[in-house]
Amino acid sequence: MNKDILLSMEDISVSFYTHRGIVKAVRNLNLQIKKGDTLALVGESGCGKSVTAHTINQLIPMPPGKIESGKVIFEGRDLLELDDKEIAALRGDRISMIFQEPMTSLNPVFRIGDQIADVFMAHYNIKKEEALEKTIKLLEMVKIPAPERRIKDYPHQLSGGMRQRAMIAMALASPEPGLLIADEPTTALDVTIQAQILRLIYELKQDINMSVLLITHDMGVVAETADRVIVMYAGRKMEEADVYSLFENPSHPYTQGLLNSLPSNEKYAGANRLEAIKGTIPDLLTIGNGCPFENRCPHAMPICRESFPEETKLDDDHSVWCHYTGEKDVSQSSKGDIADQEKE
Amino acid sequence: MNTEIKEIAIEEGSEKNSLFREAFFQLKDNKSAIIGFIIIVGFILMAFLAPWLTPFEPNSQDISIRKAPPFVSSHILGTDDLGRDLLTRIIYGSRISLVIGTISVGISLTFGIFIGLISGFYGGWVDRIVMRFIDIMLAIPYVLLTIVIVALLGPSLVNAMIAIGVSQIPQYARVVRASVLAEKENDYITAERSLGASNSELMFKSILPNSIAPIFVQATLGVGNAILSSAALSFLGLGAQPPTSEWGLMIASSREFVTSAWWIVTFPGVAVLLTVLGFNLLADGLRDVLDPRMKD
Amino acid sequence: MLKYILKRLSLLIPTLFGVITIVFFMIALSPGDPARVMLGERATAASIEKLRHELGLDKPLYVQYGLYLKRVVKLDLGKSIKSGQKVSEEIRDHLPATVELAIWAMIFSTSVGIFLGVLSATRKNSWIDFGSMAGALVGVSMPVFWLALVFIMIFSVKLDLFPTGGRMNIRYYFTSISGFYVLDGFITLFKSGDPKVLLSALHHLVLPAIALGTIPLAITARITRSSLLEVLNQDYIKTARSAGIKEKRVIYIYALKNALLPIITVVGLQVGMLMAGAILTETVFSWPGIGKWLYHAIEARDYPAVQGGIIFISITFVLINLLVDILYSVVNPKIRLS
Repeated sequence: MNKDILLSMEDISVSFYTHRGIVKAVRNLNLQIKKGDTLALVGESGCGKSVTAHTINQLIPMPPGKIESGKVIFEGRDLLELDDKEIAALRGDRISMIFQEPMTSLNPVFRIGDQIADVFMAHYNIKKEEALEKTIKLLEMVKIPAPERRIKDYPHQLSGGMRQRAMIAMALASPEPGLLIADEPTTALDVTIQAQILRLIYELKQDINMSVLLITHDMGVVAETADRVIVMYAGRKMEEADVYSLFENPSHPYTQGLLNSLPSNEKYAGANRLEAIKGTIPDLLTIGNGCPFENRCPHAMPICRESFPEETKLDDDHSVWCHYTGEKDVSQSSKGDIADQEKE
Repeated sequence: MNTEIKEIAIEEGSEKNSLFREAFFQLKDNKSAIIGFIIIVGFILMAFLAPWLTPFEPNSQDISIRKAPPFVSSHILGTDDLGRDLLTRIIYGSRISLVIGTISVGISLTFGIFIGLISGFYGGWVDRIVMRFIDIMLAIPYVLLTIVIVALLGPSLVNAMIAIGVSQIPQYARVVRASVLAEKENDYITAERSLGASNSELMFKSILPNSIAPIFVQATLGVGNAILSSAALSFLGLGAQPPTSEWGLMIASSREFVTSAWWIVTFPGVAVLLTVLGFNLLADGLRDVLDPRMKD
Repeated sequence: MLKYILKRLSLLIPTLFGVITIVFFMIALSPGDPARVMLGERATAASIEKLRHELGLDKPLYVQYGLYLKRVVKLDLGKSIKSGQKVSEEIRDHLPATVELAIWAMIFSTSVGIFLGVLSATRKNSWIDFGSMAGALVGVSMPVFWLALVFIMIFSVKLDLFPTGGRMNIRYYFTSISGFYVLDGFITLFKSGDPKVLLSALHHLVLPAIALGTIPLAITARITRSSLLEVLNQDYIKTARSAGIKEKRVIYIYALKNALLPIITVVGLQVGMLMAGAILTETVFSWPGIGKWLYHAIEARDYPAVQGGIIFISITFVLINLLVDILYSVVNPKIRLS
């Protein structure tokens, strides 16, 4: 299927200049989101997925951050070339973002109705009363009960789930939302609320044909909501695939580790330990040019320390960046064998 | 099981130590801290090397050269109304200010830390009584509180230092208490307690070192504050008495020369300003470095 | 919110009680004999004893304390040794001068302070930022009475732009109606069209208000800057920006309203600080307020006056802090609606 590409990030590298040195948060990342798709960006804390997201609408504080190289092409324009006014115009209009902590993400001294109405007034040329009407309708759309009363509430008067819905509402207060960037939207929520919020995002996406960039570390969430997945580690892309393909045939040792550490009944019924990936993430200050996963990888080879792997296309929809898998792929003829062997 | 708990204790403890190392990293980049530090070192050196820095005596009067203007003679900053060399008096004044700062802050630190530690650690009615008392002390404006204490003890420089030290105890006690309350809840305390540590061991060996960070800022500010407070008390006649070359007293006795001898008024004040500025700069730098930690 | 206010009020009485107790005992226990001070060096032992008996000084301390408490509740703070007048009356007479000075000093320090603080925070690390903060740092590093003297030296003596002291040109025959000379000046202007009183009152206010207000200004500027910077780092500011709200609105409405909360507390505290600072500034400028009165009382070892004065100022301080607390709880929706 050849859907249109909404967003394309090309060779993006982002670093942070700190007292202790330069932290290379993201290196040579390439990413594409198609219209109407949900792309999930997965990885542990500190892998650079959040930085990647913030690079799109330029919410990275610079200093100490710096976009070292790359382009962010959105609807034909390189966002990194735009000036402050042009970026501000896009924000909230075509590119919106919701965040992890609904409590701290809403202004505590303003009523939520006013905050959302404000966004409407920033994108439409309307007065406060009309904006409040639109706000009520929007709150209905995100399934907040009794919206006419809720608009008078302050953030601390709402529950966590409702605050997250309010944030989603705020992110959609524009004529034509194009891309919704959701940075760990459900991490701070109960599991039950989590499911509701994910469903809400899904429904909204269908209704208004929005694309979603979902940042998460939770593979369960990925399985439920994503169309495509990118697995990141220490600032680099490790594996990229269609979601079904990723779960059926996880090819990067890191991806396999992530999936193995999911408590899932089929695999571990009766087991008494959760499998964790041994070791810790490398120090982004001193990281070298080899594969960053090398020190934790069960299949590490000498070449892994020296250079970062090239792309190995396992399929149209599935690529991996790994020396080990790359060699195996070359020497094996069928994908199925690899999948079976990895699972053992 | 015991080894696991010990591991937790060691890991959390050492996390704090590396924070201090991190602090040093940031401090060396912090310009205000460096400038402040240099000024303070200069001030301390001036205090110690006083006799070698000037040929004159701070109290030797020579009426024949009274009110001599600055920059014209060997009396670089001029002389006061009794013919005493102003620069010399200012240099010797640094000794007095150093003593004032040290003793006042010393008193505040000692009692403040002790009270804050006990109050925070034991809680309960001890805490409530102490807090009540502190609230009352804080209800009296700081300057007036020092006045009241000096009035009780009798006007003199030493009593002024005691008054300043005592008046600041509430601030230190509060800061320490807040830190202690936060530290008390940490897992490593529970871990060590289950290993049989006594209360005083916990207090002094574990909690205190980890609560110390905010005190550094407070103490640095406190020295500057003490110098300013002492000056105020001297102005009110309640602190240093003549002929002591305390900077505040020098300013206070210069009032009548506002029209006739501006240097007698100006230079002692500049001395206070620069010295207190040094401490404030260092305190600012320390706060920049330590605060984000304190917020965690 | 009501619970919060009631809680604060319930702490008020014991605190006031504690303050009165501490001040009473400390002054009462201080060395020196008030009776001897009053009668002078050459008084006989007999006459001193007689005066001590009259003043109730021969009673045991706890009895004196009890009597004092009873009087304080009736707002009677005793009689000044120096003037013979009731302390409460002397305070009442001198209060308006201090209040007027304090108000103007606060207007100056708060407005300029917040302005500089916002400027510094929004232009972080620029020359304006650096200059303002350096200036503020210098401001809190100097003794206020020295600053006052320097002001007089430069602006009164050298440049002859402002008077060296007092509240009003002594040549203007003038009886105050309200105790607030600026207000009286407006009244006079209204009634007779003569601006002299108003102008002179303002003219005399400039140097003392700026001197008194300099340190609070420095503190306000610093805390405004740090508060605003901290707020600008918060997630909800990121949310507002990501939603496309214009940057000016983000700073001056979204951020500032949050930043103002701690600023209110600090500014409120300053009112109390101002009263203490008054004792030093008023003396230098011969400003006939409570500060100057208290200074002379201390000089003269006028114990009842010192006792009464400090207790009065402390109680006012406590009450103002309470008001600031209540104001804060009203303005902060998290407390207001809990």
